[in-house]
Amino acid sequence: MRLLSRKATCNSHGQDSSYFLGWQEYEKRPYDAVRNPTGIIQMGLAENQLSFDLLESWLAANPDAASFRRDGESIFRELALFQDYHGLPAFKKTLAEFMSEIRGNKVSFDPTNLVLTAGATSANETLIFCLAEAGEAFLLPTPYYPGFDRDLKWRTGAEIVPIECHSSNGFKITQAALDDAYESARKRNLRVKGVLITNPSNPLGTTMTKEELNLLLNFVNAKDIHLISDEIYSGTVFKAPGFISVMEVLHDKKLENTDVWNRVHIVYSLSKDLGLPGFRVGAIYSNNDTVVAAATKMSSFGLVSSQTQYLLSALLSDKNFTKNYIKENQKRLRRGHEMLVNGLRNVGIECLQSNAGLFCWVDMRHLMRSNTFEGEMEIWKKILYDVGLNISAGGSCHCSEPGWFRVCFANITEDTLNLSMQRLKNFVISLNSSSSQSHHQRMNNSRRRSLTKWVLRLSFNDRAPEER
Amino acid sequence: MANLSKLATNDGHGENSPYFDGWKAYDENPYHPINNPNGVIQMGLAENQLSFDLIQEWIQKNPKASICTKEGIFSFKDIAIFQDYHGLPEFRHAMVKFMGQVRGDRVTFDPNRIVMGGGATGASEILMFCLADPGDAFLVPSPSYPAFDRDLRWRTRLQLIPVPCSSANDFQLEREALEEAYKKAQQANIRVKGLILANPSNPLGTLMSKDALTTLVSFINEKNIHLVCDEIYSATIFHQPEFVSISEVIQDPNVVCNKDLIHIIYSLSKDMGLPGFRVGIVYSYNDAVVACARKMSSFGLVSSQTQHLLALMLSDKEFVARYLEENAKRLAKRHMLFTKGLEEVGISCLRSNAGLFVWMDLRRLLSEPTLEGEMKLWRIIINDVKLNVSPGSSFHCCEPGWFRVCFANMDDHTMEVALQRIQSFVDQKNESLVKSEVLVIKDNKRRQKSLCLNFTASRLDESVNMSTRVMSPHSPLASLANGSNQDLNRTHQGLK
Repeated sequence: MRLLSRKATCNSHGQDSSYFLGWQEYEKRPYDAVRNPTGIIQMGLAENQLSFDLLESWLAANPDAASFRRDGESIFRELALFQDYHGLPAFKKTLAEFMSEIRGNKVSFDPTNLVLTAGATSANETLIFCLAEAGEAFLLPTPYYPGFDRDLKWRTGAEIVPIECHSSNGFKITQAALDDAYESARKRNLRVKGVLITNPSNPLGTTMTKEELNLLLNFVNAKDIHLISDEIYSGTVFKAPGFISVMEVLHDKKLENTDVWNRVHIVYSLSKDLGLPGFRVGAIYSNNDTVVAAATKMSSFGLVSSQTQYLLSALLSDKNFTKNYIKENQKRLRRGHEMLVNGLRNVGIECLQSNAGLFCWVDMRHLMRSNTFEGEMEIWKKILYDVGLNISAGGSCHCSEPGWFRVCFANITEDTLNLSMQRLKNFVISLNSSSSQSHHQRMNNSRRRSLTKWVLRLSFNDRAPEER
Repeated sequence: MANLSKLATNDGHGENSPYFDGWKAYDENPYHPINNPNGVIQMGLAENQLSFDLIQEWIQKNPKASICTKEGIFSFKDIAIFQDYHGLPEFRHAMVKFMGQVRGDRVTFDPNRIVMGGGATGASEILMFCLADPGDAFLVPSPSYPAFDRDLRWRTRLQLIPVPCSSANDFQLEREALEEAYKKAQQANIRVKGLILANPSNPLGTLMSKDALTTLVSFINEKNIHLVCDEIYSATIFHQPEFVSISEVIQDPNVVCNKDLIHIIYSLSKDMGLPGFRVGIVYSYNDAVVACARKMSSFGLVSSQTQHLLALMLSDKEFVARYLEENAKRLAKRHMLFTKGLEEVGISCLRSNAGLFVWMDLRRLLSEPTLEGEMKLWRIIINDVKLNVSPGSSFHCCEPGWFRVCFANMDDHTMEVALQRIQSFVDQKNESLVKSEVLVIKDNKRRQKSLCLNFTASRLDESVNMSTRVMSPHSPLASLANGSNQDLNRTHQGLK
């Protein structure tokens, strides 16, 4: 008899991909301006580290939130005991208001329709548990966040069928792609329960257009399936066009109290907008009472620490702070984005035009020796081992076309960003140099060696911080 | 309506069980010494509310432990971005220090085996996902923690097979019972993957002896199945004998055991009284399980803010020693007060030396020795006596008439009120038992005057007077902040 479960011995957790290998390499020799200036620069981590000073100054000015006090009175005991899966009412209220504020107050959220979970990781898994049986499928536009393979499939037993998007139209979702995906699921005998989108997109960094959202709503309506919109990056939209939430479209089309209203669910988190991934704050928002009720009970398996709920309810209730934070944070993101785009352009590398997120979707197809995923991996490894930048290969995001990479800019300082551009410049120059013939020969040999090493490493791979 | 999953619409969460009626009764009419002195007193919630002052004092003296104070804010950024599922190293080190201290430093735990879960709820589910496939079974000695039904089965699709224990031997787990349950499962073609139990026991409050644990280990080793020990109550022991952890048993060179089969669940919700902080731990001696559980912990990591606070608190050896000692003292005192009070009206409890509750024997108050009899009595206790206690059947106890009654989730005064209500109820019950006997005699000897009648009448009067006296509170509660924080006090976590 097998000692452990199948889940424990399969690799549906998805950690054998290059995405996590890059992590490992980085951990071995991380860049530090003083202690390790030739180390690997982490550009595979979609974290927002640009606005901590704003949070820190708020904390300095609001000591009560820190020390379990409200109006000078200690509420430690009440917080320590508070494990109600309905969540701290004050926190849900302010979270709903914050979500509204991010959407320019064009939609309002009812706190009783919010379910708190330990991060968006848990929110997405919980929603799938509620909406699909093991063996049923969700359609996801590619490229998508690599962690979805674990979050949506691993313990739920659900399947993901890709909606293939292409660079020919800026990776937008089309009717044809939706129909193809649905048909593909049917051929595999998979019952489709819904579509899951990330809007703004990870890894593209683009917001969905109204047309795409309309397309999706019509599609899920026609097929009588669900739509999950992961809006974790909604507060990172830093330039036009603005963010349109699926909720807004539902309102505009006056679809309240129709069938589809009950089948649209939003996932949110404070990990990207506020840069607080360590606090594990995720949320599900649904107008479907049954889903809210079931998800609430399931949230028992991953509630948000009451200590954290309290701190954040105080933070988010300060409307001056939230208004200023959202604005300033977006300004800084725009700047970081510009720096990266310009820096890459200077070495002849273009990015997909984007207006959100903590990263760019970078086109390195012209640098590949062959238009294949092997060619993509070749570049990726060179960039990792020789250039010393950990970026994410499009293949690990299930992109259908090789040669695209996600490069993050919001987790490093401007100096580090400049340095990374400098290193890349040198790399591109060396690639184009006429001594490339023997250079390629050498690269082939070292590539073969590192490929072997890589394969061996994969088997013992066990480190993976959370990331999106 | 669009299709939802079976999970979303079935009863696997367990909240449609009749036992939630007690909860609802409390929610609708919660006791408050001033605002609602006739309300329902919550005795169904196994919380440790006796030692907060100690923790609060520590927090005040250690502002660095918070990342938001001026002393601790320099750590804010690093902690806020820390989402590594390995957990903060200092947190893991502090946890093993603490767990070791709780076991009198007779065991050393390895910080690299500490894996986080969303409370013990999340931790237990993670373990089950790692150890068993849908349809597989775990043996669970009963009476057992009711939420195991949800935590271990709901989303994992496992089966639970109870191994009944009886009062005949003080509910101790017998090897024969285990063998019997295992054999039956085999015959029914059910694959048993392991055995899970809470030690100290919930709801019994008793400990397993070293011998009993050794027998257990021999059983699971022989069958090559897993042993999961939920040691969530390990620091609530308030009398001898001392707690023997499974970790101690397997480090004994005389005990033969495949360590890959041994796993511990832990949490700070009971020992430290911090259920709101959602600190669950999976500790496994099996490397593959540690690796898998760690990946799964992504679904329920402990907030880094909380990890940071606890890392400092739990590594303060002096504080921990003081806390453990004082906490045990307070539990002992409360336990003694309560059990003595019950003895005064002839109610006995299973002899116990741990936990936040007693296992109360009300068998003689049952109108009939059946589940119906128990439920009938239970509803009277909730609706008339106004105490939310937990009936034994909710713990899958095979003998009717036992009730779990929590004593550590209230202040001294409320405890007194609760005791008085029980005492008065039992007295009344005694009265009516006598009264019904008297009526029978009267029937049989219709024309005869009896001294008994006069006797009974005066006793009835007494009881009426007593009940009036009992219902009025003695003094307002100074320590509770309940009134101003009602929105924080609702709990729907089910029977714990």
